[in-house]
Amino acid sequence: MTEAPNTVAFTPDRLAKSKEIIARYPEGRQKSALLPLLHLAQEQWGWVSPEVMDYVAELLSILPIEVYEVATFYTMFHLDPVGKHVIEYCRTGPCCLMGGEDVYGYLREKLGVEAGQTTADGKFTVKEVECLAACGWGPVFQIREKYYMNLTRERVDEIIDELSK
Amino acid sequence: MAKKILTEYINVPGIDTFEVYRKHGGYTAVEKALKTMTPEEVVEEAKKSGVRGRGGAGFPMGMKWSFLAKPEGVPRYLVCNADESEPGTFKDHHLMKELPHLLIEGMIVSSFALGAHKSFIYVRGELMYVIRILEKAIEEAKEKGFLGKNILGTGYDLELVVQPGGGAYICGEETALLESLEGKRGNPRNKPPFPAIKGLYQSPTVVNNVESISNMPWIINNGGDAYAAIGVGRSTGTKLISASGHIRKPGVYEIELGVSVDEFLNSDEYCGGVRDGHYLKALVAGGSSVPILPAHLITKTANGEDRLMTYESLSDGGFATGSMLGSGGFIVFDETACIVRNTWNFSRFYHHESCGQCSPCREGTGWMEKVLHRLEHGHGSMHDIDLLVDISKKIEGNTICPLGDAAAWPVASAIRHFREEFEWHVTHPHEATQPGAVYMGSAALV
Repeated sequence: MTEAPNTVAFTPDRLAKSKEIIARYPEGRQKSALLPLLHLAQEQWGWVSPEVMDYVAELLSILPIEVYEVATFYTMFHLDPVGKHVIEYCRTGPCCLMGGEDVYGYLREKLGVEAGQTTADGKFTVKEVECLAACGWGPVFQIREKYYMNLTRERVDEIIDELSK
Repeated sequence: MAKKILTEYINVPGIDTFEVYRKHGGYTAVEKALKTMTPEEVVEEAKKSGVRGRGGAGFPMGMKWSFLAKPEGVPRYLVCNADESEPGTFKDHHLMKELPHLLIEGMIVSSFALGAHKSFIYVRGELMYVIRILEKAIEEAKEKGFLGKNILGTGYDLELVVQPGGGAYICGEETALLESLEGKRGNPRNKPPFPAIKGLYQSPTVVNNVESISNMPWIINNGGDAYAAIGVGRSTGTKLISASGHIRKPGVYEIELGVSVDEFLNSDEYCGGVRDGHYLKALVAGGSSVPILPAHLITKTANGEDRLMTYESLSDGGFATGSMLGSGGFIVFDETACIVRNTWNFSRFYHHESCGQCSPCREGTGWMEKVLHRLEHGHGSMHDIDLLVDISKKIEGNTICPLGDAAAWPVASAIRHFREEFEWHVTHPHEATQPGAVYMGSAALV
């Protein structure tokens, strides 16, 4: 389980990256960098805590509430600590037509968690998401930036075993 | 083989690199447009092509461009909508990942046409790996002098910014997308003013889909008339179709508009037919939002004419017997699919994705999901079926943005064409709730 950071600051690399992102927008429009910065923050801490949101607000010279209202609107941002690997499976129609419900049920059973929960060892969080734009290759889940497609029970075994090592 | 405008070179190894893309005629449209044409001439070719918005709305792109306000001293913006989130649709994902330079080339000539010097590609955040592909391609194009200051010595400057979304279907709606791009919640704006007058940062803005913009290099190289010569009537050019569900060959196919639904569904060049040992039950032709069609209205219209893959033919008969081309999300259902379960699934999607701004959508999508849940799980009544129709009518047309309509249509059409199946869930709750149980027509009622 990732802990809430004590002192919140981007790593030097990410701080430089954040400056570069903010500079992309016209003068006075730095708030446009909010979603990219929240992604950058989640990449570093795994989730976005209130402290992290305050830090992002400071970087953008906007009010903390402007960050909270956005972070709570977009479903990709984790507002609670998550496991090492976050498995986000697509529960929408086309994936379900291709056997998604069975495969996802197997995944939850294998890990012993319900959707939205994290395994006791802190390794896996399972989340239900809506359509991931990969309908022809369903069932699909995503772990960080990687798409896993044409899933079967066997594939789930392989993937989980590999990530458990 | 059908004409390929977008995907002719998609299988060439290394086509995602500048070098290989260039070798196959890439960026010649930028040279032609910037060096030999005026912005107005580029707009004119887009108009002549008749290319219509490929995100789902089908509005002529050239006409949309001609609405752009051009007040002195105010920047104008082009924003590419790559928020592809409509269930059943994955063509832009495929196109950007395989052919990033095609979109970039299209963005350059389109930005030039509109007089934009900073343009954005708003990509759904889940596709972070595609964002990295696009950013790499942009760097390459910049190094070669096709982006940045004084492109090819013509004096034209353009910067391209790739913006990630955060997981919100609603941001595919153009004004919600602009709100999101400004760093806010994705709440659609009231129109007017339209983005062409007040869009991004309250400046004149055009928002176009990935596929629409990716047509521009071909249109510049070959002319708008040549593009308009492909297709049927007002459905000009080619269209990417995302094919999913119970077919032999799911995937993304580029079709000439006008190919028959029968050919697209059954020929080996495309879907290859319904999977072995099964038969066709229903089709959602244009993404989850469009009305579902039962088997007898898919390859033929109600008048018995061949149904074609065009904007007009797919909507032939209106909502009574037709559907829409929409985004080209072609979802095929065989006899093992439960329409009630699928309708519940789709309505859960719209409830989840409603931004919450308008009461009819915020509340109505939740009610529809709940009522469908109880029907699917054997607790429904006959009254519930009419209740669903009633709710759908009260959402449709009563919201700021089209998400309300998109939520209402799948429910209304499923009941219109598959009412017996909903009734069976009420009269036979025990059978209907067995795992994998599906209504098989009147025989199952015996």
